[in-house]
Amino acid sequence: MTAPNPAPAELAIVAHNLTRRFGQFTAVDHITFDVKVGEVFGFLGANGAGKTTAIKMLTGLLAPTEGDAKVAGLDLKTETEQIRRRIGYMSQRFSLYEDLTVLENIALYGGIYGLTSPQIAERSSVMLEKLGLEDDLVGKLPLGWKQKLAFSVALLHEPAVVFLDEPTGGVDPITRRQFWEMIYSAAERGTTVFVTTHYMDEAEYCDRISIMVDGRIATMGSPVELKQKWNVPSIDELFVRLARSG
Amino acid sequence: MIETLAAFMIKEVRHILRDRQTLTILLLMPLVQVVLFGYALRSDVRDVRLAIVDPSPDYASLALSQRFEAAKRFRIVAVAPSMGAIEPLFKRGQVDVAVSFDPEFAAHLESHEPAHVLIAVDASDPNTGSTMQTYARAVIMAYEQELGANHPQAVQIVPQVRMRFNPTLESVNLFVPGLIALVLTLVSALMTAISLSREKERGTLEILLVSPLRPWQIIIGKVLPYLGLAFANVLTALLAAWLIFHVPFRGSITLLLVESIIYSMVSLGLGVLVASLTSTQRVAMLVALLATMLPSTLLSGMVFPLASMPGILQLLSNIVPAHWFIVIARGIMLKGVGLEHLWRETLVLVGMTLFFMIAAVKSFKARVA
Repeated sequence: MTAPNPAPAELAIVAHNLTRRFGQFTAVDHITFDVKVGEVFGFLGANGAGKTTAIKMLTGLLAPTEGDAKVAGLDLKTETEQIRRRIGYMSQRFSLYEDLTVLENIALYGGIYGLTSPQIAERSSVMLEKLGLEDDLVGKLPLGWKQKLAFSVALLHEPAVVFLDEPTGGVDPITRRQFWEMIYSAAERGTTVFVTTHYMDEAEYCDRISIMVDGRIATMGSPVELKQKWNVPSIDELFVRLARSG
Repeated sequence: MIETLAAFMIKEVRHILRDRQTLTILLLMPLVQVVLFGYALRSDVRDVRLAIVDPSPDYASLALSQRFEAAKRFRIVAVAPSMGAIEPLFKRGQVDVAVSFDPEFAAHLESHEPAHVLIAVDASDPNTGSTMQTYARAVIMAYEQELGANHPQAVQIVPQVRMRFNPTLESVNLFVPGLIALVLTLVSALMTAISLSREKERGTLEILLVSPLRPWQIIIGKVLPYLGLAFANVLTALLAAWLIFHVPFRGSITLLLVESIIYSMVSLGLGVLVASLTSTQRVAMLVALLATMLPSTLLSGMVFPLASMPGILQLLSNIVPAHWFIVIARGIMLKGVGLEHLWRETLVLVGMTLFFMIAAVKSFKARVA
């Protein structure tokens, strides 16, 4: 069943009956979905619906209780080590070191992901120029810049898939807009983006979305498809309806 | 693999160097501790304030008073004809010891009757009290022997107190090994626990765990820079003890440094374990303090002799790493013995290091699985 050859090249994530239980409680209940390469996949759900648990399983932070998955064509259970090199991750919480400078943070993650010093030097200068940043202590940057920097650092090693767990929390609308431009440009370069969000307007920016309710995927498809299928004017309304019924 | 670890360690060193305040405190701490403990926490007593109660001064009582005056530890602050006059001084804490002579002190001595001397000691601090009492007895005994040489029949039976190994009762000698243990525990266990739980609290640990860094690499990367800091601390403490208090150094320095590193590893492992079992910096800090500092000071034999503790505590002291390190450090510094006498204790420490390191890596993995 689990053939050693990677999944079809056009699929970046394949999840099959992925389940995680904590004692009696089933946080993620047999979810099955796939994400195509270069796609921006929105993973929606209310708080406690199981989004973070699902992301933790896909990034190797939590072992699934049941089911299996492939990330970047690699098996989640047997090829965890290789997966780690091929994915990027940005958590809800700001995760760069505030007492280190921008360049020191970049050097750290570059080093951890096995980039060479010339690679690190080159990519840092490109990144600083793109973001229009000076090399300063990260703690001194405004929140919006920090988030953009954290995203750029998550892409530093050019991962096949990048997981963004509520990346725009607490950020002003203009920066959110810029952030989404960065997401699109990453997707254009072939990086698959798996993003969770609370903002339903952001859901409309995704190529496809899934909505989780009580550990299950209640519906999945492109925003346009979903609005037609459920006959709603916006994803926001669909979300509220599904969350209530669940 | 090595590059990955190196990148992580460079980052740790940067954290340590950037936080100047903490670094300064950590570097100065051993010096301050040695000086403070060395001067303040000694159980030998200097400058005992003595009152002489002599109702009818005669040649013998005056001679004995003079012996007290000549003894460096005593300073006569009052001479009175009766205890009643001394009492207020006692109560106000202006006198530590009173020596009160029998009215016919010299006469009794000459007639070979027991001549009585009362030693009254301010024993509000029992340890200090008993020490001062011992000093006073020593002075009286010396005088008695002096007299006994002239009057063989006059020798009286007095309970004898002998002080071995440490004839001058230099407690600082005994404290320094304990201090090294304390400083190492503080830097190693507490700082690693704080630094690791900070990563947890801020969410950076998640990012590290998603990356190709393995749990053991994170632990090694955390531990090694602090090991360097701990090593600097041992050197400072030893140097301060040697320069300021002239603590003897009879054994091999190399052996002591190696043992210090082993002991640091135990504490570092403990710190990592504490950090992975707790969820916030604050809790990690408190647990690390409770789990390391308290046993290290109270149950290690550093301040309070284990021999005078109830059996259950003596048993408990066996699982306190500092207890074993202090035995080793005292052995090397004060007795000048080598590994041939200390291999058992060393093995215990090595065993503890392995235990805590493995437990730390395991508890890390448990979170990932």
